[in-house]
Amino acid sequence: MAKKLLLEKAHIENIRLYDVYRREGGYRSVEKALKKMTPDEVTEEVKKSGLRGRGGAGFPTGLKWSFLAKPEGVPRYLVVNADESEPGTFKDRYLMEFIPHLLIEGMICSSFALGANRSYIYIRGEYAWIVDILEQAITEAKNNGWLGKNILGSGYDLEIFVHPGAGAYICGEETALLESLEGKRGNPRIKPPFPAVKGLWDCPTVVNNVETIAAVVPIVNDSGDAYAKIGIGKSTGTKLISACGNINKPGVFEIDMTISVEEFIYSDEYCGGIANGRKLKACIPGGSSVPILPANLLLKTAKGEQRMMTYESLSDGGFQTGSMMGSGGFIVLDDRQCVVRHTYTLARFYRHESCGQCSPCREGTGWMERILLNIENGKGKMKDIDLLWDIQGKIEGNTICPLGDAAAWPVAAAIRHFRDEFEWHVTNPEDCLKRNYGLANYADALPA
Amino acid sequence: MIRFSDDKLNEVKQIIARYPDGKQKSAILPVLHLAQTEFGGWLSTETMDYVASVLQLEPIEVYEVATFYSMYNLKPVGKYIFEVCQTGPCMLNGSDEIIQYIYDKLKIRPGETTEDGMFTLKTVECLGACGYAPMMQMGKNYREHLTKEKIDHIIQECQQNLAAKN
Repeated sequence: MAKKLLLEKAHIENIRLYDVYRREGGYRSVEKALKKMTPDEVTEEVKKSGLRGRGGAGFPTGLKWSFLAKPEGVPRYLVVNADESEPGTFKDRYLMEFIPHLLIEGMICSSFALGANRSYIYIRGEYAWIVDILEQAITEAKNNGWLGKNILGSGYDLEIFVHPGAGAYICGEETALLESLEGKRGNPRIKPPFPAVKGLWDCPTVVNNVETIAAVVPIVNDSGDAYAKIGIGKSTGTKLISACGNINKPGVFEIDMTISVEEFIYSDEYCGGIANGRKLKACIPGGSSVPILPANLLLKTAKGEQRMMTYESLSDGGFQTGSMMGSGGFIVLDDRQCVVRHTYTLARFYRHESCGQCSPCREGTGWMERILLNIENGKGKMKDIDLLWDIQGKIEGNTICPLGDAAAWPVAAAIRHFRDEFEWHVTNPEDCLKRNYGLANYADALPA
Repeated sequence: MIRFSDDKLNEVKQIIARYPDGKQKSAILPVLHLAQTEFGGWLSTETMDYVASVLQLEPIEVYEVATFYSMYNLKPVGKYIFEVCQTGPCMLNGSDEIIQYIYDKLKIRPGETTEDGMFTLKTVECLGACGYAPMMQMGKNYREHLTKEKIDHIIQECQQNLAAKN
């Protein structure tokens, strides 16, 4: 059984309530941080832990914190990114819904380390019922002396507020999120300046994912070194994976980063194998933006090594033969599924979510969507496949924020690994319309 | 006449207090949510102008925000809105069939409202419920693991709720 640091107690009845959470050892990390540690010591533990941002980019959290500018007399802010919108990702929702006090506890320790006296949770507007859950947790925490003025007599003050978004994937990008929190359209900012220097209302700001901040609790409780001992290499600690698609047991799993992809998919402890007795065709292991891999490359790297659920192993081989850990949104396709149709839905998603600032993204995402729909409907030509390849290459790297890359990568990987399926759509227009894909060439002969 | 009740104005004050002095512009998103719920489920120009006056902003500052985010409805909607997710993971689990079934039952396509003003169908992009697909948002809550039978049941439930109110 894998070690759980975040969700170990999530199943306990009424753990959502303060009294139960406290009885189970909640808020111990706040006592330790505020009474026995300095802010820099908390940051030092986070650095030692090797914790990497759990939102998708995987940037070392302690390092991010150490970039925070600290000019005299200027407020600093911690903003928690709960704008979870990457298709395939629903882990932060689970954490906030079932064990909300863990996030509040992590925020208090983190805000203390950063010297922030006012912190925000920017949550996607659609998670409306979770706003209520979080606000109740904040009220309970405040009533019990964990928020407000002079917390635990330490002289440290903190208030936490929830700020709902209103439907925009782009607001998961940290500078767009800050624009949105300031009451504007979610248009990403040009960096530099980075939020650590000029963030919310031009003040130094750290933006971290929900899961990242929750992980600060076990790090403070058990030390950064203890956290770093879990996992392999630079993939330390545990990671929440939200698994979906054609599997027997979709849901949120906390893994320590020592298991193989094969075990994750086929073990009853996790996904429980492919649903309806089908075979594994392909998988997007880290949220819709990361490259799709056919079964053979998913389970084994190009070098023939077993692929592991770690940052390094999932990206082994680069984009030619690998993918990314990303946000941990694990989307599994069985052998009935059409890669062209799936890619089309993702292209439509990115077109819908492009903020429109940069031409390559604004125009390119719609263009890719239209071509993909044509191919899917049997109206495509062979040269359209090359055109798609050309367009995605001209979006990547040419936009202010990473949404352009996020839109380009799924299309590129689908063509790279499943080109014959695209070509089949062009040469079999009748069958496309009937949606008779008849494609099982990518299913691996491995576990049944 | 568009005007928040005293209770709601109090709520607006509390929202503004979440932000530092002078930063009440940050309250636009939450106050627009409140206004949409209070004033018929959508944001008319009159409603947006009113929100601007409450927050002491120029109307354009509210318009440009309201038109950016997908949760704000800029035209009238039915009493119940079915917002069905159609992105990859939901598609893999049959969201296309759910959208088709809603059409079969209610004769509305995405973006349309039934003639009696009761139901609106919207297709939306990923709502973060991929493991519980297919799904849709209805008001403040999610309806997950949708099947044709569940859709029948939900439609019936809405009709009964409305009948009980009248």
